[in-house]
Amino acid sequence: MSDRPAAPDRPRHPAAPDRPRRLARLVPQRVRGSVGLQRAMLLTGAGLTALLLLAALLAPWLAPWGHAQLQDGGALFGSRQPPGPGHPLGTTAGGYDVLARTLWGTRTAVAVIGLSLLLSVLPGTLLGLFSGYLGGWADRLLVGVADALYSFPSLLLAIVMSVVISGGRSSLVGGLTAAACSIALVFVPQYFRAVRAEVLRVKAEPFVEAARVIGTGHLRIMFRHVLRNSVRSLPLLLTLNAAESVLTLAGLGFLGFGIEPNSAAEWGYDLNRSVSDVTSGVWWTALAPGTATVLTVLGVTLLGESLNDLADPRLRRRRAPAASTSPTAAKEPTRA
Amino acid sequence: MTLAPPLDGRRDGPHGGQRDGAGRGRFRPAVLRSPLARYLAARLLLVLPTVLLLLTAVFFLMRATGDPVTTAFADRLTPAQLQQKLHAAGYDRPLLTQYLDYLRQVATGDFGRTATDNRAVGEVLLTYGAATLELACWALLVAVAVGVPLGALAARHRDRAPDAVLRLAAVLGYATPVFFVGLLLKLVFAVGLGWLPVAGRASVQTELRLQDLADPTGLYLLDALRSGDGAAVADVLRHSVLPALALGLLLAGVLLRLVRTHLIATLEAEYVVAARSRGVGARRLLTRHAARPALVPVVTVLGLQVAGLLGGAVLTETTFEWKGLGYQLAHYLTVRDFAAVQGIVALFAVVVAVVNFLVDALAALIDPRVRY
Repeated sequence: MSDRPAAPDRPRHPAAPDRPRRLARLVPQRVRGSVGLQRAMLLTGAGLTALLLLAALLAPWLAPWGHAQLQDGGALFGSRQPPGPGHPLGTTAGGYDVLARTLWGTRTAVAVIGLSLLLSVLPGTLLGLFSGYLGGWADRLLVGVADALYSFPSLLLAIVMSVVISGGRSSLVGGLTAAACSIALVFVPQYFRAVRAEVLRVKAEPFVEAARVIGTGHLRIMFRHVLRNSVRSLPLLLTLNAAESVLTLAGLGFLGFGIEPNSAAEWGYDLNRSVSDVTSGVWWTALAPGTATVLTVLGVTLLGESLNDLADPRLRRRRAPAASTSPTAAKEPTRA
Repeated sequence: MTLAPPLDGRRDGPHGGQRDGAGRGRFRPAVLRSPLARYLAARLLLVLPTVLLLLTAVFFLMRATGDPVTTAFADRLTPAQLQQKLHAAGYDRPLLTQYLDYLRQVATGDFGRTATDNRAVGEVLLTYGAATLELACWALLVAVAVGVPLGALAARHRDRAPDAVLRLAAVLGYATPVFFVGLLLKLVFAVGLGWLPVAGRASVQTELRLQDLADPTGLYLLDALRSGDGAAVADVLRHSVLPALALGLLLAGVLLRLVRTHLIATLEAEYVVAARSRGVGARRLLTRHAARPALVPVVTVLGLQVAGLLGGAVLTETTFEWKGLGYQLAHYLTVRDFAAVQGIVALFAVVVAVVNFLVDALAALIDPRVRY
């Protein structure tokens, strides 16, 4: 006990990456350390993500109307009104204001991102940690299940899940939970795989053995020594997860398994409604929600990718003496 | 001092372990007659549990949502009548019995009949599967034709203007939902310019004509070619362009990034540097030396993308009213038609598992290092 270093939470090992920095400090730091295209991508990504958060925060003040508002002072907005005074982006077939629904939609998107991250990161990481560290038949079973889920079309899993949870279409809370759970079902296996692979690697490192030699308990080794060194690939996965949850929510909404229009504004649903509009030449109902989806996914993806790219050379330099890792396919985004 | 040797020995331990994957091939060949055959057999065995697992999951998940009889008649029948209907359809039996029954049916190739419109599920799968297959083939064609050359281009001009533009385009392609791409394509090419049809697989006349064929395959292009009617072929082709582009461009973005990443990685490999120092030209380096090793991960991940392709097909089919499996799946889900949903999902699971198996086999054929 007494010979333990003062700060035991810092495993001193050359292979151990620095302790995770706070995201708030990470972005400016990376901006300083970047040049050219990478810097532009990072700034664009950070900017778009900030814009999304800002829009979600300020939606009640930014949006000209409520997300389910059909009339103003007794006068109906009207269906498929072209952009004009009062309705800068026109109205939908259902008589909602397009701009208002697009702005309110940022709230739904942010809520789903947050909820789905919460629901996938924790179980995925813990399962990966325990499974990789303990091994045995449970590990093999979990790997099998994860592989099966991973290889299946994620959107279909999400649809089946959302039908199970909310009977297809539902209130704000029900719809959000359904979407988040469906996305979690898709992403838990991915976190599981990523963390498990790292745990297997770290488990064999001498510092883990050293910890065991001095009598450290398994739980402590798992959470103190192994986990902290196994979450290297998580930041990229997190942003992928966020991007994917927006896309999945939109996909669910588009297929009619999303959130009801008067519960919350959801871009996928609006796009679904606009399919028939497009055929008759009404362009404004599709453009705004679609562009909002693209910008959201683009922002999150660019942010994550450029952060990852910028972190990579540093990692590579540090790990240069060890065998260079082959570029893994797992890093590529897959998508339903 | 005396402690030093064992410590060193220990330190070697994990490193030896890390190299295990590469070393395993060296220890075992004497035991294995044909490593490739053995690897493929082991891999094939993995297909079954995957499919079984997904079937099980979907079966119990769908049962958890309610049954089609209640969904259809709950507000029209008295509880007693409802009970009678449930009994007739067998939905009141213990879940496990239903499950085992279902597995037995599937094992004999009988997927049952759809509950809502009383068609044989097998027939539904064949009819709409052909449409989805046609769409998927077109999309793959677009993806490979666009993604591979552009990826190679980006790798060749790494970190310069073409690379930057292409990478941004790929990210943008990833960020755009496939149905939004579809809607935009429709707006511009179908509604705005009027060059191409808005939706469907063919015009009504062509569809009627193709149905008259003696033995329709369901693949419209094939049927149209067989009918020998030039107008029909043109009509089918014109209807395929926009859906194929929407779904294909999605995959093309993924493919572009994959090809770029792996080509760059292999272009940096020592043997490529060695070849360059021997005076091998840039084009030959790319096509001869770097392409083949880069092909393995590309093929593997492309195999994984089949799952994405099927998911994207569901959305694309809905956007373009392309009457395929995805379009039908969305319909059957809303009416809670278990038999149909399970059949379609089972087919998707089998397709994904089989494609993944084929992809692994292909990877083993391309690169001997894969078969350990």
